Amino acid sequence: MSNWRARGPVRWAAYALVAVALALLPFALAQVGTTWVRITNYAILYVLLALGLNIVVGFAGLLDLGYIAFYAVGAYTYALLASPHFGLHLPFWIILPIGAGIAALFGALLGAPTLKLRGDYLAIVTLGFGEIVRIFLNNLSRPVNITSGPQGIARIDAFSVDGFSFARPQTIAGLEFSGPVKYYYLLLAVMLAVILINLRLQNSRIGRAWEAIREDEVAARAMGIHTRNLKLLAFAMGASFGGVAGGMFAAIQAFISPESFVLVESIMVVSMVVLGGMGNIWGVILGAVLLSFTPEILRWTVEPVQNALFGRQLIEPEVIRMLLFGLALVLIMLFRPAGLLPSAVRKRELTEHTA
Amino acid sequence: MSALLEATGVSKRFGGLQALEDVSFAIARDDIYGLIGPNGAGKTTLFNVLTGVYAPDAGTFRFDGRGVTGLAPHEIAAAGIARTFQNIRLFANLSALENVMIGRHVRTHASVFGAVMRNRRTLTEERDILARALALLDYVGIRPRANDRAGSLPYGDQRRLEIARALATEPRLLALDEPAAGMNPAERLALGKLIRRIRDEGITVLLIEHDVRLVMNVCDRVMVLDYGQKIAEGAPAVVQRDPKVIEAYLGAPRAA
Amino acid sequence: MNGTPRGAVFVFGLGLPAVDTFLQQVINGLTAGSVYAVVALGYTMVYGIIQLINFAHGEVVMIGAMVAFTVINALAPSGLPPLAVVLIGAGCAVPVCMLIGYAMERLAYRPLRHAPRLAPLITAIGVSIILQHLALLIWSRNVLAFPQIIPSRTYMIGGAAITSVQLAILAICFALMAGLAALVYRTRLGTAMRATAQNPQVAGLMGIDIDRVIAATFLIGAALGAVAGVLFGTYYGLAQYTMGSILGLKAFSAAVLGGIGNIPGAMLGGVLLGIVEALGAGYIGDLTNLCSYDMLAARIDDCAGGGNFVLFGSNYQDVFAFIVLILVLVFRPSGLLGERVGERA
Ligand SMILES: Nc1ncnc2c1ncn2[C@@H]1O[C@H](COP(=O)(O)OP(=O)(O)OP(=O)(O)O)[C@@H](O)[C@H]1O
Ligand SMILES: [Mg+2]
Repeated sequence: MSNWRARGPVRWAAYALVAVALALLPFALAQVGTTWVRITNYAILYVLLALGLNIVVGFAGLLDLGYIAFYAVGAYTYALLASPHFGLHLPFWIILPIGAGIAALFGALLGAPTLKLRGDYLAIVTLGFGEIVRIFLNNLSRPVNITSGPQGIARIDAFSVDGFSFARPQTIAGLEFSGPVKYYYLLLAVMLAVILINLRLQNSRIGRAWEAIREDEVAARAMGIHTRNLKLLAFAMGASFGGVAGGMFAAIQAFISPESFVLVESIMVVSMVVLGGMGNIWGVILGAVLLSFTPEILRWTVEPVQNALFGRQLIEPEVIRMLLFGLALVLIMLFRPAGLLPSAVRKRELTEHTA
Repeated sequence: MSALLEATGVSKRFGGLQALEDVSFAIARDDIYGLIGPNGAGKTTLFNVLTGVYAPDAGTFRFDGRGVTGLAPHEIAAAGIARTFQNIRLFANLSALENVMIGRHVRTHASVFGAVMRNRRTLTEERDILARALALLDYVGIRPRANDRAGSLPYGDQRRLEIARALATEPRLLALDEPAAGMNPAERLALGKLIRRIRDEGITVLLIEHDVRLVMNVCDRVMVLDYGQKIAEGAPAVVQRDPKVIEAYLGAPRAA
Repeated sequence: MNGTPRGAVFVFGLGLPAVDTFLQQVINGLTAGSVYAVVALGYTMVYGIIQLINFAHGEVVMIGAMVAFTVINALAPSGLPPLAVVLIGAGCAVPVCMLIGYAMERLAYRPLRHAPRLAPLITAIGVSIILQHLALLIWSRNVLAFPQIIPSRTYMIGGAAITSVQLAILAICFALMAGLAALVYRTRLGTAMRATAQNPQVAGLMGIDIDRVIAATFLIGAALGAVAGVLFGTYYGLAQYTMGSILGLKAFSAAVLGGIGNIPGAMLGGVLLGIVEALGAGYIGDLTNLCSYDMLAARIDDCAGGGNFVLFGSNYQDVFAFIVLILVLVFRPSGLLGERVGERA
């Protein structure tokens, strides 16, 4: 990490460069095709999810295999409150906090009885919880139709403020902004906020307490850390990030169904955290970006290659992706258990010189 | 003045094993109180029931006039009892400095909101945590190691780091479980000095130690446990000559 | 798996006189539960010895079912006696699964035996994804159906029906459990396994080859899993590459219910879970039918004219296993037969 320690002007120049690159990215991508902007948007959603889960898994060391349930809670909250399904059309800036709150509540609800459990048991219980949520989403269409079951909910409202809709293309200052491009900027802003929150939390009394719990729970307690409350807090916070991401997902897709919230999705998000480097925010972002672009990259490489070699698709790219992804989990654990960008010991600039 | 810590009739069983049996003692303020006994005598178990890792089966602890029996470990820490661990339990992947900063947790207040907003209060508190943590590293003599991974420190430094981390909680009673284990003679000497200095600053010390010389040098009073029972208590010099203690350590002469 | 047990279809299809729902559900639950028990043994033996939740065990069971079904379907038209066909199918599934069990222990788990415990768990998840998608690659998304080669007979006992398939499943499962119990409690290997579960260091000092014991545990667990997969597939009449995860989770829940690491516990837990699930699915619809409560029925329009207002129907069947799992872990993490273990400071 030492190259990150550049100071002064160099550092600011680097920031400025990244900012410009991020700002121009959608236009560059739009040249290739609007699909790529969409794909990038989904990648940012995964980054949000991974950062939320990182609080639980990376900071507090609690393996949550049902995280996608909170994404589902956020998505369904948004869908139910802003779609023709119930005829409700609340504005997004009201629903997102509600979704975050309900997700946090679910997080605490799940955490309260289970946090005493040892790590691997907790993992299985959270997995079960995720499945329960999905089973309910699938079946809560009878006797009263709440979730529409497997059909899902369609025609979900896009984000809009005062007639400025994120879904419609628009020309501002001579530049053409498509719907996905507008969402890109919104997602980017949310992602930066979430990154900032994560960084600040990590370097705080709360973040240190989480890390203490992760490292050694008995010692953490002996240091006066109320481990149960702090774990609950981690669960609730992680869940609320998932809830926000879910709300945005529902608005961007305009359609959701339980299909989007299956176990594999939970495992995917866990893998992003693990692959990138548990506890290291930049590592987690890297993991999320890598894994969310893999299917696209495979679609663009494996399909043509197979067509060229065999004249047809022998193996679906999706299967290859999952095989690679399972293999990556195993290999990472075997050979690089701390992830691609391991979380390094945080060094501080000490005021006086030290040896 | 009443004792700082008073234990009455403390017992603890593990299945068929009576690890502590009706142990009573009192630790006077500003004393260094030694706790010795052969392996498996129940010393660490006494620490564990005192600090809330286990609930005692019977008996009570009064700390500073207040009943603290059966409190959770974090409540014990808040009440002013800090401990170290015989088998070193540092937060191994964090820096030495952060280990000590975590010790400040129980005396600080920043919430999630403060942490995210970085308001003035939080910033002041953070600065204070950092300054105190550095001062404590200095105090135990490992300041130059501040940025090192705790798990990578040499053994003796890890033990000292555990003491610094415990001191960060501002205890009135510091319970040390074999702090000299694995130290060389020079380090032991320094440790003895450190323990006395800690006491001189008004922190009462409860010390488990196998190193007889260290115990004799620093302790004001000593209690001896054997098979979970208290078999002697008193000034170190007296306890040392107690036949029961000698027997416990050397093994009972078998009756013919 | 949301199929209906073949036996049940058969009986209800014939429109037999009023069946005793309770007894019928107990029989159905016992059958499914005995299969859960055999799968649960694989989880519990591995956990008992290396404290690993072998997440991929469910996929091993699935592969067992897939291999057997492929062989059975290939041999079905051959004119061999049905029993021989099934036996050959199972006979092919068992070694394949044992090989997979051995390979995954050797390649994925053994190197991590002393790593922090979440590492092998994550590896196990990876292995499970790999196995599932290899199955997808080989068999695609098709559902393999069990050919109608075994004539299913139905016997009535006390107002409930039991099919010959159910009887066979019960008999085989209990035979497997008895066999395993004999192996664990009567043989040298079993003694070595128990010693290793107690304390691997001490067992090692006493001259037990820990690596071999662990490998043997995986082999036995995988073999049991293979047979369980065949039985489960036969019971529901179909097998698919996705069947492993839910079955695995249920069996794991069963192992936890009985007390993970405890072999009789897994058997008890499996059978109990099967019965709880069957009774739950059988009764939840009636219990949550608001129309059956007079006070409420009067206020609900749908109830008029003998209508129903069922809050939760049998489609929630899969939830029961998870609820049992969560309740057990919260209130009695050591399970029904497990011992309490404390954490040392
Ligand atoms: N959690 C536990 N479960 C079961 N037995 C325990 C537990 N903790 C301690 N014991 C047993 O209680 C007895 C006392 O142990 P303890 O650790 O208190 O001894 P000690 O005096 O600290 O010994 P040492 O000098 O070796 O550290 C020992 O026989 C030990 O095996
Ligand atoms: Mg001890």
